[in-house]
Amino acid sequence: MADISCNIAGVRSPNPFWLASAPPTDKQYNVERAFKAGWGGVVWKTLGEDPPVVNVSSRYGAIGYRGQRMAGFNNIELITDRPLEINLREITEVKRNWPDRALIVSLMVPCEEASWQRILKRVEQTGADAVELNFGCPHGMSERGMGSAVGQVPEYIEMVTRWCKAHTRMPVFVKLTPNVTNILAPMRAAQLGGADGVALINTVNSITGVDLDLMAPMPMVNGKGTHGGYCGPAVKPIALGMVAEIARDTCGKLPISGIGGIETWRDAAEFIALGSGSIQVCTAAMHYGFKIVGDMISGLSHWMDAKGYATLDAFKGMATPNYVEWGELDMNFVTKARIDQDLCIKCGLCHIACEDTSHQAIAASRLEGRRYYEVIEAECVGCNLCQHVCPVEGCIAMVPVPTSAPYLTWKNHPRHPDNLATTE
Amino acid sequence: MSVNVAEVESLLAGEPGEKLSSRVRGGRLQKETYERNFDDLHPPFTVQEAVVEADRCYFCHDAPCLEACPTGIDIPGFIRGIQTGNVEGAGRTILGANILGGSCARVCPTEILCEGACVWHGRNGKPVKIGALQRYATDWLMDRSIQPFVRASPSGKRVAVVGAGPAGLACAHHLSRLGHDVIIFEQRAKAGGLNEYGIAAYKVPHDFAQREIAYLMSLGGIEIRHGLMLGRDFDLPELLRGHDAVFLAIGLGAANRLGLPNEDLAGVEDAVAYIAALRQADDLSKLEVGEDVVVIGGGNTAIDIAIQAKRLGAVNVTIAYRRGSAEMSATSFEQELAQINGCTIRHWAAPVALHGKDGRLTGVEFATTETDPGGKLVIGEERFLLPADQLFKAIGQTLDRGAFPTTSSPLVETKIRIDSEFATSIIGVFAGGDCVSRDQDLTVVAVEDGKRAAAAIHNYLQP
Repeated sequence: MADISCNIAGVRSPNPFWLASAPPTDKQYNVERAFKAGWGGVVWKTLGEDPPVVNVSSRYGAIGYRGQRMAGFNNIELITDRPLEINLREITEVKRNWPDRALIVSLMVPCEEASWQRILKRVEQTGADAVELNFGCPHGMSERGMGSAVGQVPEYIEMVTRWCKAHTRMPVFVKLTPNVTNILAPMRAAQLGGADGVALINTVNSITGVDLDLMAPMPMVNGKGTHGGYCGPAVKPIALGMVAEIARDTCGKLPISGIGGIETWRDAAEFIALGSGSIQVCTAAMHYGFKIVGDMISGLSHWMDAKGYATLDAFKGMATPNYVEWGELDMNFVTKARIDQDLCIKCGLCHIACEDTSHQAIAASRLEGRRYYEVIEAECVGCNLCQHVCPVEGCIAMVPVPTSAPYLTWKNHPRHPDNLATTE
Repeated sequence: MSVNVAEVESLLAGEPGEKLSSRVRGGRLQKETYERNFDDLHPPFTVQEAVVEADRCYFCHDAPCLEACPTGIDIPGFIRGIQTGNVEGAGRTILGANILGGSCARVCPTEILCEGACVWHGRNGKPVKIGALQRYATDWLMDRSIQPFVRASPSGKRVAVVGAGPAGLACAHHLSRLGHDVIIFEQRAKAGGLNEYGIAAYKVPHDFAQREIAYLMSLGGIEIRHGLMLGRDFDLPELLRGHDAVFLAIGLGAANRLGLPNEDLAGVEDAVAYIAALRQADDLSKLEVGEDVVVIGGGNTAIDIAIQAKRLGAVNVTIAYRRGSAEMSATSFEQELAQINGCTIRHWAAPVALHGKDGRLTGVEFATTETDPGGKLVIGEERFLLPADQLFKAIGQTLDRGAFPTTSSPLVETKIRIDSEFATSIIGVFAGGDCVSRDQDLTVVAVEDGKRAAAAIHNYLQP
């Protein structure tokens, strides 16, 4: 059986599956239930200074997609609304009861060194393994000069990170907000400040929908709504993109705890393949309960066994070198759609998608009275659209056309402006 | 249940002292059981169920279901409306193509029409429940009394429609939309034709047929005159004198006979007439049903009467058909439904004699049948007998020739012949529905006839 134990920035856990800082990690009761279910670690819901914040009633919004619930999820909840003393006492107890699990404490206090110094000392006494600086929340706290208000200004990130490194022996993770134009800037600021690792992505600024009767954004609090943090399966591609960006930029040197729409072992494997050390889950647990970690552990182990990866490090970051700039792609690569006529159910979706919106490369006809859809190879540019719209798994394959042509990047392509100039 | 003919006599004598007439009686079940047995066969979708089912639709291009619908309803189009919460749009799409879309949603053999063509079959999946979704959308409109149509400005033309069944109603509705005034002549007390008198009760419960007609009539421009029968109370020449055109949608009013001696024994009944009585019954417990019931026939009427007899409390119900399962005009879904309801289907059996005692039916004697190499039905040597105190004949209907007593008749052989524009041999007289020559006798086909005939009549009425 593969060894899925995890070590990221010196923080160890029996598996890479952590619960992200969020409602599921707000109390000892929840966290111990999670550990019993098998979670490898938790990031305790963000602590702040007393007096605790007050949360509103009506806190979550969600969007479903074609009958599936919670494809995307959004919250307007703030950091913990329980007194600091209670949280610290419970953290101490949990760490004592579950010494093999990773326990990281998320923090968010005003942008003053004394505040950070004060809280770090108290967290240290709990025996927690690390802290995670919450520079991400896009709602509520940012209006008070915290959360993403810090995370969107690289200079603040660097400053606060530096304070934290100066005032604690614990590893410091910086949680990054995706609500920026380039994720590398805040990442580099965290690195400059001495961060031991980054965690990303925090939630995406969002409104989940509009109630067309009450004419108000959702989720709604007595007729009004506010922007909240978007997460769940819908944000996974955004998270993967940002994780890959950082992994490539740092050559895999900066530890990354990957977050964003992770629901299955396969999602987790993808984050790890792009360079994540541990991964963090929230929405999936809030949707199905803690039990899902069982399949995540078993699925990841079996897949690693099947692939011959003995440890997480064996495949961590393996996909990162293949994440390249567009200009480094092979212009000589050609792939064409091929329809398996035995699997085809004659829905015609490939045809109409191609006919209306792409390259008119799938012909519709009748063969002995039956509908018949066929790829016109000469017109097919290999865009993959038909494969994506086809409802039957494996019916449309994209088949690479064998070629003896060399790997040709855009820079070397005859139609690149530089090359046109030289030929003329 | 079958025994050799040799054992007939002892069997037919019945139990000592038993009065044969008591074997056919009502009140076999508790009141609640009657209600349950004749309530909705398929309860309507909830909002959530409808959306989940609608989400299964792939929104096919050139959708096979659409092509399989005789009325050409844009099925992917209306299902998308249910998906997006545009149920009103969905309902309008359906009713625009098929004004009796509510009935058809309930009574269509969807397994051989739209749902039979669903691409889900291609991946070994269950088809999208198009019928149930259609019901959801049409119920939505009807429940809110939303009338999707407005009449065109009055044409000043008057059209007579004979028969207020699906074909007549659909034709009348389309003619009215086009601005013509329509008078429907209906021999029965209620409109609806087979929807009101012929379809199995559990398919259209809660007075659906009448509610649908009231909804259809709310367009205006249509008058129904009840109790008037063509050939008895008026004739074609009279109609032509008083109207600009005539549409005949008289259905098939006469039931076929077995042609056996003793067919007038008590207990020998015509299935169509019995179902009509059942559909109009205020109290189902008053309907008399036998203990051992035999149904002769292989169509949907045979299935309907068998299941309803069982649901009225009959103990043994056997459907006997002279050919095999594949040759039955009842769909496989209907055949299974009969079997699920506890009816036995006996294939390759033709009735040859009706046995009786004291004027009452006691048993039906059958010959086994087979087909010769040319496919022709051959009566075999073997005989068997089914005890029966009630027999339902469900072997088809024919046109009631009494409709055309004069020499001026559009009849050709047993049905009315029409051309591609629904015109009969008499100028100004059109026809459609079950009374015209054609293979299929489905409600949805009758509706399409009415719709297309209305367009043809509209053309005919143009100056």
